[in-house]
Amino acid sequence: MSALLITGADLAGSGAQDLLVEDGVITEVGSLGGAKGQRHWDVLDADGLVALPGLVDLHTHLREPGREDAETIASGSAAAAVGGYTAVLAMANTNPVTDTAEAAERVFDLGRAAGLVDVQPVGAVTKGLAGEELAELGLMHRSRAGVRVFSDDGRCVSDARVMRRALEYVRAFGGVVSQHAQDPHLAGSSACCHEGELSGRLGLPGWPGIAEETIVARDVMLARHTGSRVHVAHVSTAGSVEVVRWAKAQGIDVTAEVTPHHLVLTTDLLAGYDPTFKVNPPLRPQEDVDALRAALADGTIDAVATDHAPHARHDKEHAFVDAAFGMLGLETALSVVSDTMVRTGRLDWAGVARVMSANPARIAGLGDHGQPLAVGSPANITLVDPTARVTVDRSASLSLSRNNPWHGRTLQGAVQATVLRGRVTAQKGALA
Amino acid sequence: MTTMLNTPAASAATGGRRHLLSIADLDTAQIRTLLDTAAEMHGVQQREVKKLPTLRGRTVVNLFFEDSTRTRSSFELAGKWLSADVINISGKGSSTSKGESLRDTVLTVAAMGVDALVIRHGASGAAQQVSQWVDAHVINAGDGTHEHPTQALLDAYTMERRLGSLEGRHVAIVGDLTHSRVVRSNLLCLRRLGARITLVAPPTLMPAGIASWAAADGFDLSNDLDAVLPTVDAVMMLRVQRERMSGGFFPTPREYTVGYGLTRDRLNALVAANPDAVICHPGPMNRGLEIAADAADGAQSLILDQVSAGVAVRMSVLYHLLSGEEGSAQ
Repeated sequence: MSALLITGADLAGSGAQDLLVEDGVITEVGSLGGAKGQRHWDVLDADGLVALPGLVDLHTHLREPGREDAETIASGSAAAAVGGYTAVLAMANTNPVTDTAEAAERVFDLGRAAGLVDVQPVGAVTKGLAGEELAELGLMHRSRAGVRVFSDDGRCVSDARVMRRALEYVRAFGGVVSQHAQDPHLAGSSACCHEGELSGRLGLPGWPGIAEETIVARDVMLARHTGSRVHVAHVSTAGSVEVVRWAKAQGIDVTAEVTPHHLVLTTDLLAGYDPTFKVNPPLRPQEDVDALRAALADGTIDAVATDHAPHARHDKEHAFVDAAFGMLGLETALSVVSDTMVRTGRLDWAGVARVMSANPARIAGLGDHGQPLAVGSPANITLVDPTARVTVDRSASLSLSRNNPWHGRTLQGAVQATVLRGRVTAQKGALA
Repeated sequence: MTTMLNTPAASAATGGRRHLLSIADLDTAQIRTLLDTAAEMHGVQQREVKKLPTLRGRTVVNLFFEDSTRTRSSFELAGKWLSADVINISGKGSSTSKGESLRDTVLTVAAMGVDALVIRHGASGAAQQVSQWVDAHVINAGDGTHEHPTQALLDAYTMERRLGSLEGRHVAIVGDLTHSRVVRSNLLCLRRLGARITLVAPPTLMPAGIASWAAADGFDLSNDLDAVLPTVDAVMMLRVQRERMSGGFFPTPREYTVGYGLTRDRLNALVAANPDAVICHPGPMNRGLEIAADAADGAQSLILDQVSAGVAVRMSVLYHLLSGEEGSAQ
């Protein structure tokens, strides 16, 4: 019998406790000081640390199959583990696309083989992400991978008829469509940043917030009409927040996520044309950042999701408009949320547990994750030092890529250890 | 003439900067010096033997990822008249289309031992990015819809030759502002020289966020060319690219001309209000669309003077960036 004793952890801000984990399950919670003498127990000293249910990321790009030079399921899993994650949802825009049961099972199996986090494949909504014909949604769901979240992420399901059918269809098995909300007509093919005064000055083709907001508005109405559940990926504007807030007030079954970078970084960073800051949705002005923080704090936005998007160096060394969209996020997400939301008093640690674990696990239907740290729960646990100040160094990353927008920034709050079903997967920035 | 060219302090015109990427990098005094040197270079241009020995032994590469016969030729002549070795490399259809990164492309060129890279690229910011990767001096010969600094310098030079100081002068820039690098450089340059600027275009051809930009930088906006024309000392007509039509920026060329073209009637109104007013166009022109032949070819037109000034201004820029450095021929 394997056993792990975690001592002195602050359970999401509710006071110091010891946690005993046996065979991957939490078996005792309380003051277990006398039990420390057990020889065959591993002990993790969590004095001064906050214990959260293992983090769950609704939105990662692991690039395998297709771009194993930028990331693999194994390297992305390693980055996730050191970032405090115990489960990640791997987006479908690989090559080939995850649009069949076989493709989904392959991702699922590679994730289990890596063994560092539970890699849960997201299925494409449409074949080849083309936005036209539904992919085999039901077969992906019935597969060993048990796909529940479907997304054409990277592209918007822009055809209202296709979106309506997808929402209706997945309702049969409790699936959800995660929409990359971006009207392709309002966001032209060369659009590469937020459209506003700065894009005008820089001469960069941009797209306005309404390109996102009109799709969010349409989709919540479709969700109301179909009685289905819709999830809005990477909300980036104050207008989208207003629509989601309204929709929730109407009782529409909508959830939403925000990325760490949209909680902090603003469009002014583009002044030097550094493609590290090129991301989709684009970095927006401060007003949007403020609205997103408020929405995450008040529950309008349910979850923080990284949109971890590794890219090979040469894919970022083009002219800005030609460079790839996306930035790394798995290893820095908790620190960014801690620094932005906890240090500033917008969220407490219970709130972090909600938006980075419980809510994303619920949205994705991952029953083994996001559970409260209580007797009987699977031992998926993230230990955080709330006072540690870390300076991000992109070269220290376990990702294969280096497109890290946080490089050089100092953030308060750091993951100290990650436990997946009772096994320590990562400790102090390295794999255990 | 030669005395001036041997003045070591000359490179102060670019503020000790190694590159010319944006007019924003230059203060008024630096612009002044570049324009004064351009006047001297312009004098050289009028001579029978146009060549100066100043940049002998230096290599200038025109790296053009986008076709532009006039800008490339202008830089080529400027380099040659300063005795630099000039070669032209077309980036279009070569390595970039094979998926090579911009960084790899320019590092390859720079590795040949280049003193200055004159770069034209269809993407905004390309020259600035390139300047971070290479040791050579980088001159922005037009980056996407961002800037075209030597065009603004030659525009200012040409207008000053005819109008005298631009302080307090009113310049209207008319046309496709959204997709114009010329307007962005001219806004900065003309403002530094004290001109008052009004941008005129249909709302669909005004850049995003232009209202707050105009408020912050102190220029005016108008959708009514007829109201603006009688108040200007200079009007700069921008090329309207017919391919913009597919974006639905305006309904038809005919409607554009009626609303925003410098037609014969508008030329008459301009001259009636101000007989000394001048007309500029960065070229190439769409005659009959944004500018009528009478306006392009009349006494008010500075369009060919702009081309002639282009070589002098580019000689001035190359001179100030490259001369006085170690290895330069004095």
